[in-house]
Amino acid sequence: MQPTTGMLGEDGIHVDMDHLKKGEVNLGTSIMAINFKDGVILGADSRTTTGAYIANRVTDKLTQVHDTIWCCRSGSAADTQAVADIVHYYLGMYGITNDEPPTTQTAAAIFQDLCYDNKDQLSAGIIIAGYDHRHGGQVYSIPLGGSLHKQPYAIGGSGSTYIYGYCDANWREGMTEQEGINFVKGALQEAIKWDGSSGGVIRMVVLTAKGAIRHLYLPDNGYTGPGTYQA
Amino acid sequence: MTSIGTGYDLSNSVFSPDGRNFQVEYAVKAVENGGTAIGIRCKDGVVLALEKLVVSKLLKHGANKRIATVDRNAGIVSSGLTPDGRHFVSRARDEAAQWRKLYKAPIPTSSLANRMGSYVQAYTLYSSVRPFGVTAIIGGWDAEDELPVDGMVGSGPSVGSGGKQEGSKKGGPSLYMIEPSGLYWGYYGAATGKGRQSAKSELEKLDLAAGNLTLEEGVKEAARILYFAHEDSKDKEFELEMTWISSKDGPTKGRHEEVPKELREEAERLAKKALEGDEDDEDTKMEE
Repeated sequence: MQPTTGMLGEDGIHVDMDHLKKGEVNLGTSIMAINFKDGVILGADSRTTTGAYIANRVTDKLTQVHDTIWCCRSGSAADTQAVADIVHYYLGMYGITNDEPPTTQTAAAIFQDLCYDNKDQLSAGIIIAGYDHRHGGQVYSIPLGGSLHKQPYAIGGSGSTYIYGYCDANWREGMTEQEGINFVKGALQEAIKWDGSSGGVIRMVVLTAKGAIRHLYLPDNGYTGPGTYQA
Repeated sequence: MTSIGTGYDLSNSVFSPDGRNFQVEYAVKAVENGGTAIGIRCKDGVVLALEKLVVSKLLKHGANKRIATVDRNAGIVSSGLTPDGRHFVSRARDEAAQWRKLYKAPIPTSSLANRMGSYVQAYTLYSSVRPFGVTAIIGGWDAEDELPVDGMVGSGPSVGSGGKQEGSKKGGPSLYMIEPSGLYWGYYGAATGKGRQSAKSELEKLDLAAGNLTLEEGVKEAARILYFAHEDSKDKEFELEMTWISSKDGPTKGRHEEVPKELREEAERLAKKALEGDEDDEDTKMEE
């Protein structure tokens, strides 16, 4: 196999860990975002690893790039933070210079531009989810090569391989907010349970006409709380 | 001309003591001699039209188009120095392409006008350049539908995206006019060039702000107004060039295109008839 581009192993799913530099921080991750009746929900575990060592057990992988446009980051922590920072800057400039907030499409286009143009240098798998009044909630996925996919829901990171069946069996379109939260939480619990590189708390962000609301669920009490707080 | 001999008009970017920039004012004079160009923002589209004065009998009829397409959904007509207009269009195309590269979507007409306004204004600032000798009219249709990201695959939920709010539709027709100073405004109807005064007064009679004029009516009015505005320079022959942009459901399917030959000729026939009608009225008045 050519060792030049992409970071996928031969199965086309798992990240080739040898790609990372020695000591590079990796988000061996479980992330997802879904559409529901009133908007979108993003969800993620909180484990960051350096090889076998857990560098951070309460990481925040849900990153805001505009008021109601967020992303889930997987892959290299440094790479995805840098990309999200650049997109954050672009969207901020867009909102100011065009006198209207950017749409989720705009955010997805900029993410893709960066991820595709720099595919040889980057190790980033990003899910973008956003809400605006005109288009409602939208979910986009940008996997390793930099392609762009619009999806009803998206899952990503090493932990996602364990929950394809769970998601396929339990996914329904037009869920209520509570049903959506239960779906995301249920899926991420399974991902955390089976994936050694995922763990810690479950974080969520709910994006609707009312804005962004954060959720936090701790393993101590079986992921039942503490619950919501303002983003 | 108060400017002559004062020295304040010799270089670009130099203000006169009473706060004027003469080089820009001279550029406006260049525009005032150009063939009349108009734009009409109708309820379901935009019409751009140009009175092309025939400078030589050796020129091929219908060739040498002067209204340009910038992106699929936007067009530009300009009056004044033709080569300056070409450069302006070239820059507009670059802006549209640059927008598409980054945002994977067509540039909104308002943003195109904004960027071109900034570009033209920059040509009033430096002594190494001269201002644009054109006033340009930009017409565009911004899609009201949700546009996909160029090159994207897949779709959202089959039931549609959740949480959409009614009444937040956007897009539609827009029309902007940019002057040599870089000043630009959005218009319902715009006119520039030699016959702009009479064209503007005719445009005002259409009550475009009410939003009742249809695109097909707009095409006929545009032809009539240009024939009307041409009256003062009757001796010279001219050719009528006309383009239009409709919604996705309209005749051009959201694209900027030339008005079909049959429709244009019909509009010209009606325009000529309307002018003759005016003349007849005058004759009857004389008899009274």
